[in-house]
Amino acid sequence: MLGLGVGTLWLSVIVLLPLAAVVTRAFDGGVSAFLDAATSRQAIDALVLTLVVSLLVTAVNAVMGTVIAWVLVRDRFPGKVVLNALIDLPFALPTVVAGVTLVLLYPDVAYTRAGIALALAFVTLPFVVRSVQPVLMELDREVEDAAASLGARPSQILRRIVLPTLAPAIVSGAALGFARAVGEFGSVVIIGANIPFHSQVASVYIFSQVESGNTNGAAAVAVVLLTISVLILIGIRALGGTRDDG
Amino acid sequence: MADPTTLPSAQTAAGRWSLRVLALGYLGALLFVPVAYVLVKTFGHGIGRVIDSITTPAAIHAFQLTLELAAIAVPLNTVFGIAMALALVRGRFPGKGILNALIDLPFAISPVVIGLALLLVYGRGGWLDGLPFQVLFSLPGMALATIFVCLPFVVREVAPVLREVGDESEQAAATLGASRWQAFWRVTLPSIRWGVAYGVVLSVARAIGEFGAVSIVSGNIAGRTQTLTLLVQERYNNFDKAGAYAASTLLALIALSTLLSMTITRRREP
Repeated sequence: MLGLGVGTLWLSVIVLLPLAAVVTRAFDGGVSAFLDAATSRQAIDALVLTLVVSLLVTAVNAVMGTVIAWVLVRDRFPGKVVLNALIDLPFALPTVVAGVTLVLLYPDVAYTRAGIALALAFVTLPFVVRSVQPVLMELDREVEDAAASLGARPSQILRRIVLPTLAPAIVSGAALGFARAVGEFGSVVIIGANIPFHSQVASVYIFSQVESGNTNGAAAVAVVLLTISVLILIGIRALGGTRDDG
Repeated sequence: MADPTTLPSAQTAAGRWSLRVLALGYLGALLFVPVAYVLVKTFGHGIGRVIDSITTPAAIHAFQLTLELAAIAVPLNTVFGIAMALALVRGRFPGKGILNALIDLPFAISPVVIGLALLLVYGRGGWLDGLPFQVLFSLPGMALATIFVCLPFVVREVAPVLREVGDESEQAAATLGASRWQAFWRVTLPSIRWGVAYGVVLSVARAIGEFGAVSIVSGNIAGRTQTLTLLVQERYNNFDKAGAYAASTLLALIALSTLLSMTITRRREP
């Protein structure tokens, strides 16, 4: 298969070779040098802030994304078609523009951790909506009607029937959103969050280390982020969110 | 119960209203009002100012460079994406699961890590340092970054369509004497065209919006290696807010037309 060979070569040159270079550079001075660089106070601070804010935002968007998907599928109101199309705006809008947009309307969030959360919430908004929506459309309404006719309260139907069916979609959407949040850069830079030990996330830390010529330190934290990305992708696959051929 | 088939059983009227208000309120505060406000603010000083601001020599060059990068990255990734999707859906080979997982990597990796990775390969002392042409701080490096970030889109849009349509028509074409190449052009490609189109639209949007990776490999030299997103950042940092809003609005309008083409292609899908 010529296509497979050329495709694999393309993937290797474009994606795998550069990533291998990052890992190699991170371990240039051995494992202990890597650990030193990845656990410097500033690096740890940036990583912890990144993970905490990303988790928080992921949780909020998991709930809100499910609510939005529900409203888009089950509710009817004028303008729903337009609203549905606009959900993807954060995917289509450059993240720098997202940052500019948010600071203009909410100037108080500039340079703050709240600003980081706001930016991450914006850029990861569509993930859960778009993963829950198709499952909700497929969901057999007769089961809910049967439960209702047997005397189940709406809250029971939600808890026992709807949420368990949606759970895998919510989790895989949230996981993709989390991966995106952990690596987000453009919007956070515009928000101005780059004060070390206070509002510097991991991607901004890596960028600042590159700027100051410390590529070893940058590579060490980059390897931590890479590991998180790979673990999330493996987790989503284990969950069965994606088929083996697509 | 006026229309029992459309009324969700797990929902009362009050519940429906509160969910609607919650969903629309969140979307409004986070998404719609901020984006609308930028548009209003930009055009508030008159359309002439906006046009002046996006037709400065630096802005025009940034716009051209952005389009150039998309024009390099998207066709290459489209060919790769179709070939890879065909191999993954139709082929059977060892390591398919791993290959499939690796394709998603660009979706999950920080753009800054991508920029750093390219810097380490093509920069001073890197594995591919000393190529006969300059890679970093010029077009090839920025193109590599753009190709990297939008690599998975076409594969991911085409693969499910390929699985859906099956290979019976192709086999029929083969029985009727079509060569594999003929079967691809006359049978396979027409049946996956909307999947390809959707993947291309997503790739173009991602290519135009790329910032972090390009920011590291470009050096951000105005009039030479500055893309539209880099221009927005430079103007913003130099307190040229009106200029930043104007360039942002241009990008937002590109994003909105992307959404429009997405809606159109999605509706055409079988």
